[in-house]
Formats: sequence, structure tokens, C-alpha cells
Amino acid sequence: MSNTTYIGKPTSRVDGPAKVTGAAKYSAEFNVPNMAYGWVVSSPIAKGTITKIYADEVLALPGVVQVFSHENVPSLAWFDRNYKDDVAPGGSPFRPLHDNKVKFSQQPVALVIAETLELARYASSVLRIEYEEEKHETSIEDKRDDGFEPGRGKTGWMPPPPPRGNPDKAWENATHRVEAEYVHGAQHHNPMEMFGTTVEWRGEGKITAYDKTQGVVNVQQYLTKIFGLSKDDARVVNLFMGGGFGSGLRPQYQVFLATLAALELKRSVRVTLTRQQMFSFGHRPHTLQYLKLGTNPDGTLAALQHHALHETSQFEDYTENVVNWSGMLYQCENVKLGYQLAKLDVFTPLDMRAPGAATGSFALEVAMDEMAYAAGLDPLDFRIRNYAEKDQNMDKPFSSKKLRDCYHQGAAKFGWDQRNHEPRSMQDENGMLVGWGMAGGVWDASMQKAAAKATLTADGKLLVTSAAGENGTGTYTIMTQIAAQTLGLPIEAVTFKLGDTDFPEAPVQGGSWTAASVGTAVKNVCEAVGEKLLKFAKKMDGSPLDGASMDDVEFVNGQIRLRKDPNQAVVIRDVLQASGESKIETDSSAMPNYLKQMPYSMHSHNAVFAEVKVDPDLGTVHVTRVVNAVAAGRILNTKTARSQVLGSVVWGISMAMMEETVMDHKFGRYMNHNYAEYHVPVNADIHDIDVIFVEEEDDIVNPLGVKGIGEVGLLGVAAAITNAVYHATGKRVRELPLYLDKLL
Amino acid sequence: MLHQSTKAPGEAVAAPPPTGTVRLTINGQQRELQIAPWTTLLDALREYLDLTGTKKGCDHGQCGACTVLVNGKRINSCLTLAVMQEDAEITTIEGLGTQENLHPLQQAFIDHDAFQCGYCTPGQICSAQGLINEGKAHTEAEIRELMSGNICRCGAYTNILAAVKEVVDAKTA
Repeated sequence: MSNTTYIGKPTSRVDGPAKVTGAAKYSAEFNVPNMAYGWVVSSPIAKGTITKIYADEVLALPGVVQVFSHENVPSLAWFDRNYKDDVAPGGSPFRPLHDNKVKFSQQPVALVIAETLELARYASSVLRIEYEEEKHETSIEDKRDDGFEPGRGKTGWMPPPPPRGNPDKAWENATHRVEAEYVHGAQHHNPMEMFGTTVEWRGEGKITAYDKTQGVVNVQQYLTKIFGLSKDDARVVNLFMGGGFGSGLRPQYQVFLATLAALELKRSVRVTLTRQQMFSFGHRPHTLQYLKLGTNPDGTLAALQHHALHETSQFEDYTENVVNWSGMLYQCENVKLGYQLAKLDVFTPLDMRAPGAATGSFALEVAMDEMAYAAGLDPLDFRIRNYAEKDQNMDKPFSSKKLRDCYHQGAAKFGWDQRNHEPRSMQDENGMLVGWGMAGGVWDASMQKAAAKATLTADGKLLVTSAAGENGTGTYTIMTQIAAQTLGLPIEAVTFKLGDTDFPEAPVQGGSWTAASVGTAVKNVCEAVGEKLLKFAKKMDGSPLDGASMDDVEFVNGQIRLRKDPNQAVVIRDVLQASGESKIETDSSAMPNYLKQMPYSMHSHNAVFAEVKVDPDLGTVHVTRVVNAVAAGRILNTKTARSQVLGSVVWGISMAMMEETVMDHKFGRYMNHNYAEYHVPVNADIHDIDVIFVEEEDDIVNPLGVKGIGEVGLLGVAAAITNAVYHATGKRVRELPLYLDKLL
Repeated sequence: MLHQSTKAPGEAVAAPPPTGTVRLTINGQQRELQIAPWTTLLDALREYLDLTGTKKGCDHGQCGACTVLVNGKRINSCLTLAVMQEDAEITTIEGLGTQENLHPLQQAFIDHDAFQCGYCTPGQICSAQGLINEGKAHTEAEIRELMSGNICRCGAYTNILAAVKEVVDAKTA
């Protein structure tokens, strides 16, 4: 029996006590001595030129230290490549305070530095700036004919595969056909914590930037390249992050501004954005999608065509995989996928939870529901008839795929077999129309290169470090579990530290790859410690492990013991003490086994079942029940993983029912840029949610067998709700969010 | 925030009023501050007293992350000035419990995994204590409704409900 088995257990968060007591320090909470405060001034126009900044007027106020703008920013790196971060798409990255040009509404145009927060805010409110406005374009609707195929995308973006079969002819000849356009507006991540950076001036040109980011290494590279700093000069730290959802993948402008000010003023500076300014960078792009589906007489898909057009900025080509999923989720021989961008006078869109897939799966899965009804089939039965046994985009088998189990287990839990197929056929005891809908999705199981360091000390305590991130996903906890189990130590004896560029490199926290990437590095480094331990153990007087190899032993319950005779064991703490060494310290890294993975397509899947209740008179919709069945390989921690999927369902409800950033095209500005008018669910909006983790073994994706669960849970949720609303009301809505006016 | 000054050209920028002394009672301790009179209670806590457990999520009373207890009543600390609370007993998350000695709500939040990023959590817990003090919420529907002033963007609502319900039930049992 092992008491040090932690992987797969519902372990409570190891950072929980710090978070519930307020002891966890977020980036804008490092109160360093002699700190000045910066307040960002945002452009009220969407496009034009800054003609005059009356900085002298506010500099006359006692306590105002400086006003930074393009007029006094020192000469910085010149080439675009210096401003490109790990996640940058093609194009020229935005350079804050670079010149007098305004490229988007709320562009930072000045930074006011003062001795106190109150004074910085006041001074920024009275700073006069004059602009010359130019005509802006902010409507994707006006750009329908100006779409272009991006030739350059960010890492991980794949252009759609070429067409297969004869998609046009097959659609023409199909027995049943549907075609429709699906639309959603811009959405903003809106993590609870606003972006903020505290730059601590360490003297002699050295800084420590406590920065809200999903990648401390990414930010460090960005700062060193722009400001000409060495890595030693620019340490970047982020121990806790109040939510990211993709918004922190790229370095945001407050870290640039705070660093600039600290270097120029040679003192510590904090810059925090306002909630309004949280709408000034990066969003899920407003997207128009067009689908054509056709079926054969037996209910199999004859043709599938999916085209997407979404916005990007004038200066970068933001790309995400919107349509590719449609070529692999269902078996179909005749497929045509198209993907285009259109340039607008907005900031570059930014990956937002399950970028591309959340929106692509909305359109595809609503279209699939329409197709099922057109063909007279149950929506679940229709999907199972068209189950893809291999990835037709890549012409490769899946490393593992348990989507069928997701369908069956989800349907059983939900009670799908009790469903009456006819729309508007079900009611509850209060006369509410009841609708049941379902949908699903697919997401990449990926892994990046990552490194970790482990130190085992003579007191039996293990410290593992990696420059990874924790934005609520449970990184601290799952890494502690992996380390403790690998070396057979009690979890209390293990500390995992992250979010510091002094630690070994880790990738940005995104793409659902942290568990796979950093987890494997942690496993590897602990195994390396184990090898050294075994060497010492074999040298002990009368060692029962004499002659044993790593394969012969296991690390459990604080001991190294023979697999074939567990009574032959040594205590790990005794090994170090007998060795005379004060500690064992080692580094290790992990990267994907490309050779092993090449023949396979590696993905996670899910199936979502939703119940809505609609008031027939008022059109109000309540999402009363959701079952989300997920197949994502091995689940490291059933407690934190379940929470991630619960959160994904809340995100899906939000996407379906509430979220939309509304642009006033007259001003080229988002009008609902605050938490009161940009709606997200509150507690009263959320009802029963069930999460099922379908068992799935996969030794190809990575040694841990994990696929990641940050994004997959969101897929299909908005579509399942939209389909449920159709089932309840008979009204097909194809534009999110599902405001009640669309049902009246 | 879109800044565009309405001041007439040539007119000197008005200097703000001077700072003043503000005395607060926080978590049972007397604290004295020299701050601008328009400093919010939230900024006083975070920027002057190093009590950063109280969070700023919007600064406009829209999200509830800054919830603290004033004389046992939950309020948004971003919507009150520090100087207005001189005679009050203020309790922040730091005053409810410590990592070594957790408050029952803090323990319940950990047990039910009622948070992910943790940024709304101090506000949720202070709000839940305020809700218990009010004595109005007993059913799940009532707790959901009366905890709806606190946004959780990670979407931990069902777990927050379970955590709060457990403590509410224990109080009334």
C-alpha cells in the first residue's frame, strides 16, 4: 500500500490557505519602498494624430513627478523583432508611446507619474491633450468583401487544410441541406484582477518586475530586447494571477510603461490599469461564420463547408483556428474550409479561452443541430452516425479518442433518452418551455519544452522550481502532487515554486499545455533526484538495494524499496544523512517525443448536454442544468480539474447568454467597457452543473498521459444552450448572445 | 477611462486639497494615516496599510472584490472614503482568520474548492460573513441571490454556494 499516491486524487489546493486569508500576493500588491504611481491616459479617439500635450500644466502640481509620452520617451529598440513576444502574430507589434499616431480607441498616449495614486489619477484627469481625428473603420460588416487569407500567423496557427472530395457538387446533390450564417461579437477576457505591474528599482539599472502575466519568461525576453537589459537586470515575477484566460499571454502595455518609468526615474514604479482600460487591448474577435451541410439518405454527412471571417488590427494579423476543427470532428469525404481576416482600427485580438474552437464549435454544432432536424434525426444519434474514427485533416489516427464514451455517459447522466424530439413539446409544472440540446468539441493535446529544478535536503524536504504560471488552474497543486508521488514523499514535505525568471524556463501558460509540459519536467527532475538517491542508497552499509537498478525499485511512503520485495527498503531521509551530502540538487527539462507522436493526431474531446427553461411570454431563458463529459487523458487532480470544467461551463453560459462588447462605430469605441454593462454571470445565474471525466489512457501525448483541461470544457457549451433554446421554443438563433429580444 | 479635460486653455490646473490625518480601526487595531481626503477605504487599505487581501476588481462597486465588513455589515470598500469610516469597526479578510487558524468560511472555501485564481475570494468570504450576520439567507436559492454582488470570473459559483451553505447550515443547526 502506498500513502504517497497523489496523482488522480482530489487534493485540496496547496495555495488555498494563502488565497482565502488574503496572504497571496498579486502583482500590484508588492509594496516596495519609495514607490511612485503611474496612471495611464487613454486616447478618446480611434484614429488620428496627437497634436499637443500640455504636460507642463500638470507637472506644475506639487507631487507630480513626470509625464511620459511620445515627446519624451528615450530612444529604444528600433526593429519590430525586439517588440515581438512568444505569442505575437505576424505584423508590427504595437509600441506604447512610440509616436504621435493613434491606432485604436483607448490607446495609451501618456503616463502620469506622481508620488501618490490619488495624485496620479487626479493629474491624469486634468492633462489636456489635443488630437487631429481621422476617419476610422471599426465594423466587420463593412469589410465582408475585404477579407484576406493571412500568410503569417502566430505559433500554433494552422491554415485550413485544402478542400477534399468535391464539396460543391456533393452539397448540390445532398438529400437534405442546411446553410446559414452564425455571428458573435467581440468579447473581453475580463479577469478579476486588472493588469498591473510593480517595478522594483534595485539600483544600477537593475529591476524586478512583479507583473500580471501568463508567462514571466515571455515578459523578460520582451523587456530585455526593448530596453537593452540583461536577464540579470530584469527579473520578472508573478506568484499569483487573478485570472488570465489568455489576456496575459502577451506582455501588456502596463509592464512596458512601468519599466520605462522606473528606468528613467531610477525608482520603483507601479502602474495598474482601470477596469475600463481592461478593454483597451486584446479580445475575442467579432466573427462571421458561414456553414453549408448536406446529408446522404442514410443520415451520413455528404458535404461540409465552413468559412470564417474575423477582425484583426491594422498592424498585426491575429490568427486562431476557427474552421479546422470542422474537418476533423465528423467523418465527411467532401469538405471545404475557408478562413479570412479583415483589418479594422482596433487593437489586435488576443487568444481567449479555447481561441477559435469556442467560436468554431458554436457555429458547427448549431449547424449540426439544424442538419439533424432537417434530416429528421435525433441530434445525438446524428453525431454518432458521423463519428470520425480518424483525423481526416491530417489523415492520421487519434492517439486516443473517447468521444463516444463522452456521448454515452453524458446522455445517460442527463437522461437524454427521455427527450421528445419535437421543438416546443416539453413544459415544466410552471408552464415554462423546456428545451434539451447537446453539442461537443475537440481541442489540441499539446506539449511544449519546459524545465524544472529540484533540491532535496537532508531534512527530507523537497523544493521544485520552474518559471511556470498559476492563474487559478491549480499548477501549484498538481506539480506538488507529481513531485511528491515521483519521489514517494508526503505532500507536506514538498514545495513547488513558480512564476519567477530566476527559475528554469517554462512556456507561457496557455493552450492547455502546462500540465503536460511542466508536469513532465517536474516528473523528470524528480526521477533524476531519485537516481542520485539510489546511488547513495546502494553505498550504505548493508544496503538491501545493493545491485538494484532504477527499474528494480520504487519510491513510496518516504522509502526506496525493491519492487519484488517491498520489505527490502531504506528510508529516503536516512540515505541523504548517510551520504554526508547536505542536499541533492539537479535540473532537468522535458520536450515532446516528436518521433513517437508523428504518426498520430492528439486531441481532447467533450460532449455537453444542456437544459433551458424559457418563459413563453417574456422570452427569459434560464440554463437550469448542464452535463459536461470530458475525455482529456489522465486527470491529475479530480478536485481542481472539476473546478476548471465547472468554470468552463459558466463561461459557456456567459458566452451564450450575456457576453458581448458593443462597439459604437461613430466613435470607434467599445461602449460597455465596465463590469456593470459587460455582463458575466453572477451566482444566481448558475444552477446545476455535472462534470464527468471519461477514462482515457494515452501514452503517446506525454509520459503523464495528460491532455489538459483548461479549454476543452468550454467547447460546445454555447451551442448546446442555443440548441436547447431551439428545442424549447422552435426559434433558431444564430447570433450570440441570446438576448431575449431574439426570442420574442 | 477616457480622459478629456474640460479645463479652459490657459487656466492653471487647480491643486488638489491637502492631505489630512485619518484614524481607522481595522481588525481591532488603531491605524493613523496621512492621506488625501478623497482616498477610498480600498486604496487606504491596499496602498497605505499593506492590507492587500482586499482586492480591487473594478473600483466602481460593480464586482464585489473589495468587500469588507464595516460594523459587521458588508460594503464595497471602493465606494466609501476612508475618512467616512473613522468611527467604524472595519474587518478585512486578514481579520477573519490566518493560515494557521482559518475561519470556518475560509476552511469551507478550501474544502469545496470554491475559488480558482483566488482574486475574488476575500470579497466572497467577507460577503458570506456579512450574509450570515444578516441572517436572511437559508436556502440555496436565497444564498445564490444574496451572494450575487460578488463576481467570480473563474466561475466557481456552484462551489461557493456549497461552501457558504455548509457554514450557514452549521450556524443554524
